[in-house]
Formats: sequence, structure tokens, C-alpha cells
Amino acid sequence: MSGNVLAVLEERDGKLRKVSFEVVTAARRLGAKIDAVVCDASNREGAAAALADRAKTGYRAVVFAGTATGKDLAPRVAARLGVPVAADLTDLVAEGGGGGLVVTRPVYAGKALLKVKVTAQPAVLSLRPNVFTPDADAAAVTPERLAVKPGGRVTVREIKAAPAGMLDVAEAQVIISGGRGLKEPANFRVLEELAHAFGGRAAVGASRAVVDAGWRAHSDQVGQTGKTVSPSLYIAVGISGAIQHLAGMRTSKVIVAINKDKDAPIFKVADYGVVGDLFEIVPKLTEEIRKLHG
Amino acid sequence: MKIAVCIKRVPDSETRVKIAADGKSLDEAGVKFVLNPYDEFAVEEALRRKEAAGTGEVAVFSLGPAAAQETIRTALAMGADRGVLLQTDKIPADPFEAAKLLAAELRGSSWDLILFGRMAIDDYNTQVGPLVAELLNLPCVTAVAHLEIDGTKGVAEREIEGGIEVVDFPLPAVLTADKGLNEPRYPALKGIMAAKKKPLEVKPVQPGTGTLEIVALIPPPERKEGKIVGEGAGAVGELVRLLREEAKVL
Repeated sequence: MSGNVLAVLEERDGKLRKVSFEVVTAARRLGAKIDAVVCDASNREGAAAALADRAKTGYRAVVFAGTATGKDLAPRVAARLGVPVAADLTDLVAEGGGGGLVVTRPVYAGKALLKVKVTAQPAVLSLRPNVFTPDADAAAVTPERLAVKPGGRVTVREIKAAPAGMLDVAEAQVIISGGRGLKEPANFRVLEELAHAFGGRAAVGASRAVVDAGWRAHSDQVGQTGKTVSPSLYIAVGISGAIQHLAGMRTSKVIVAINKDKDAPIFKVADYGVVGDLFEIVPKLTEEIRKLHG
Repeated sequence: MKIAVCIKRVPDSETRVKIAADGKSLDEAGVKFVLNPYDEFAVEEALRRKEAAGTGEVAVFSLGPAAAQETIRTALAMGADRGVLLQTDKIPADPFEAAKLLAAELRGSSWDLILFGRMAIDDYNTQVGPLVAELLNLPCVTAVAHLEIDGTKGVAEREIEGGIEVVDFPLPAVLTADKGLNEPRYPALKGIMAAKKKPLEVKPVQPGTGTLEIVALIPPPERKEGKIVGEGAGAVGELVRLLREEAKVL
């Protein structure tokens, strides 16, 4: 059994995704040498077979990104190797010598962390996106392209892309999320203007309440029944901060809350809070951000 | 349509997490348990598919302690026909062990669909469905938010970052349900009464130890005490200064 680590990278439109550099960075923590691979995942079973066949040649660990594709692919590969996935990791520590590995994963809506010793050979891991800060040279990686045999039963027929210029909340560096405090769907415009002021780095998210009310798409929902995000900056606007919402955003690096209710639970997790009328505060913030980026 | 739905008993998401004396598990005293919300979408979808077909069976399976019978009764009250509890006091920390037990139970019957929730809201493992699919050598689509079935051909849509994937698959298949697939029904009183008389089989199982060993369950790191910068639009200047100079995110 070699001590090498297999890093499974993802690309979109022919380019490696940022999350791939996070995978490279985490994989390097586990082994002196990593083999980085990519493969076409549109034939899911073929991709799983190709990755499992490679993994069987002797790796200490196989590292996936916990993206929509990674979460789908990793268990298929793991099952073929007869092991589980240690999923959604926010930390990992290789133990000295024996090849042991201790990983950390949030559970119970982020209200606790589980530390788990992984004894599987190989260890199949998936990483929570945006948690591991990529090494400066991770982007220099040149992955090997694995061939995928045709003939799988499960195939991606097409990808309906979100409208051009729309950044997904799961990938944005800055997220401005709105809740019931916005009062009506059209008012999300003030959040979109703020997002726009960040110049392509920001996305607009939403609380469960406004998604259930049909104001915003489910793909924008942050929280337990939506997406889990870890942006550099999370601005919660008119969101009270129900535990289901916190589950999706509490690992954000910096949290700002804007709410008229000074007792709203969101202020307990926020690094910075502004109490007051969001319809006065947000446009002013947009103006200030524009000045910075202007 | 013969449909199996695998469901899990989980702590309600509002639960205050108190760590048990062993330092490795949840202190369950006073904790309210519910049917995993994503599994509700799976149960609902199974019921709608059976209702549309006009014939068939919806059977629910759960791996868990004796108390998971209540969870199964919830699904029966929604309209499922029968339940099977694979009873063990300890749900294995290794989801592959859970998948092996479920796959062993499901193997041997000819299901048109085997449905799961996309993930359980307690352990966030997001994998028992696809693991079972691999063990049974069935095609699998995860996190299905829209589903169309025509005979033995299925088309599923799943959300990915920045778009929606449209996936072709043949039946029989294993699918995991995401929010958006449907609006789960609430059990009506009539359903709750009927559920008490529906068959619920209890089978003791012994999960293997697996390859994931829990070392500790710990509270998340406290976020450092935040501050209220001020009130109203007048506080925005100071907020921006703090974000630039203190937090360094602008």
C-alpha cells in the first residue's frame, strides 16, 4: 500500500473549479505525494468505475470536493472499494506513522462537531467547500485525465445553466441573504444591487421562509434544507436567524447582520450587527461598497 | 408500482444539543425525535407514484432503535402500506454498515423504486442511498428535485452549483429526494388511526463495527463575541471601516 493520495478534481467549462484547489491542499496534508485526476462525470457510473479502478491500485486516501457532483460520486466510488465516505469534512489530521487519520465534521445542524477516526483503506473523504484555504501553488496542479468507458445507466443529458452572470451561493465569496424582513419579493432588488456592487464576487441568498413563500428559488436557499455555505463575508438582511438558517452559514468567516429587531438570534452569531431599517441601511452600504470598488 | 422508502428517526432540528457523559454521543434526554424531513419528500413521492399508478405497494424501512417504530407509524399515517424496523440500539457510525443492513433487507424483492431522503439532518452523511444502490447494483440519482417517469424510463433534475442537471436513468432505480420534489402531506386523523392497524415487522439486526470510529462529539468553536456597530444608516460608515480594517474582508 503506497502512501499516495488520490485527489479527485472537478472542472466546469474546461477549467478547474476553485474547490479543486481546496482538494489539492487538503490531500497534501495527508501524503507526501498526491495524484490529481479529473474525469467526465456526465456518465456517473462510468466515472465511478474509472475512479474506483484507479483507487484500487493502492492509495492511502481518495479526496473529493463535497459539491453536488462530489456528493453524488464519492459514495459510488466508496461502495466499490467496500468503505464509507467520511463526508463533509471541515478539518483533517493525519496521525503520525501508522496511516491513521482523524477528521472533523459538523453534525446536528452545526450545533456539534464529530471527530472521527478513519481506519478504512483507502480512506474516502469529501470536503465541505470553501473551508480549506487553497495553498498558493495549488492552482499549478496539472491533473491526469481518466478515461471513462461508455455505457453507464445514469447519464447527464444536459445542464440547464443559471442565467449568465448569476453566481451560485455555494461558490460566492460574498453572500447577501434576505429573509422575511424584505417584506415582498420585489424588494430583493436592494440586495441584488448590493451584490452587484461587489463586482461579480457576490450572490444573493435567501432564508427558508422566503423560499417557501415562493419569493426566491430553492437554489438560493441557505440553511438546513438548502445550501451550506462558507463565504468570506455573509450579510444576513432581515433574517431572524432560526437554527435551520444558522446550520447553513455558521462556518462563514465573517457574518454581518442587519435587522430591525435588536433581540433577533442572528445577532448572536454575527460578528457585526446594525440595528434598524434595512431599506435605509442596505442602500447606504451599497453606496459605500461602490466607492471602494469604484 | 412497488416502492420501498428508507426512513430515519432523527432529533428535531430545533433540538438543543447536549453532549452525553461518554463525550461521543447526543444526550437524548428530553430530545424530540421526528421523521427526517428529507425522508418526508421520499415518502410523499412514493405515495403519489403509487396513487398515480392506481396499484402497488409502498413499504417503509428503518434502521434504528425500538422507538423508531413511531417514525415508521408516521410514514404509515401518511399512507404507506407497511413497515419494517431493522432494530438496533445503536445506529452504526459507519454509514456503509447501515447500507449493508438495508441492502440485505431490500434484496430479493423486485422494487420499481427505492427512495431515500437526500441526507439525514443529524449526521449529514449524505450517502446511504447511493451506497445501497451500489450494493444492489441499481442505477441511482441523488438529490432529485424534479422527477418524471414514463414506463421504465426516468428523467430526474438535480440542483448543482450554478444550474440544474437533467439526468436520464432506467427503472428499477434508487433515488434520493431533495426539497422541491413535492409538498409532503400531513397525516390526517383517519390516517393516524389506520396506521395503528398496518403491519409493522420488527427484525433485530447486528451492525458491524465498520471503519469510522467516533472519537468525540464536541461543541462547535464559539464565534467570538460580536458587536452591534450601531443603529440605522449612520452606522454603515463604521461597519465598512471594521470590515476593511478589522475583519479584512473588503
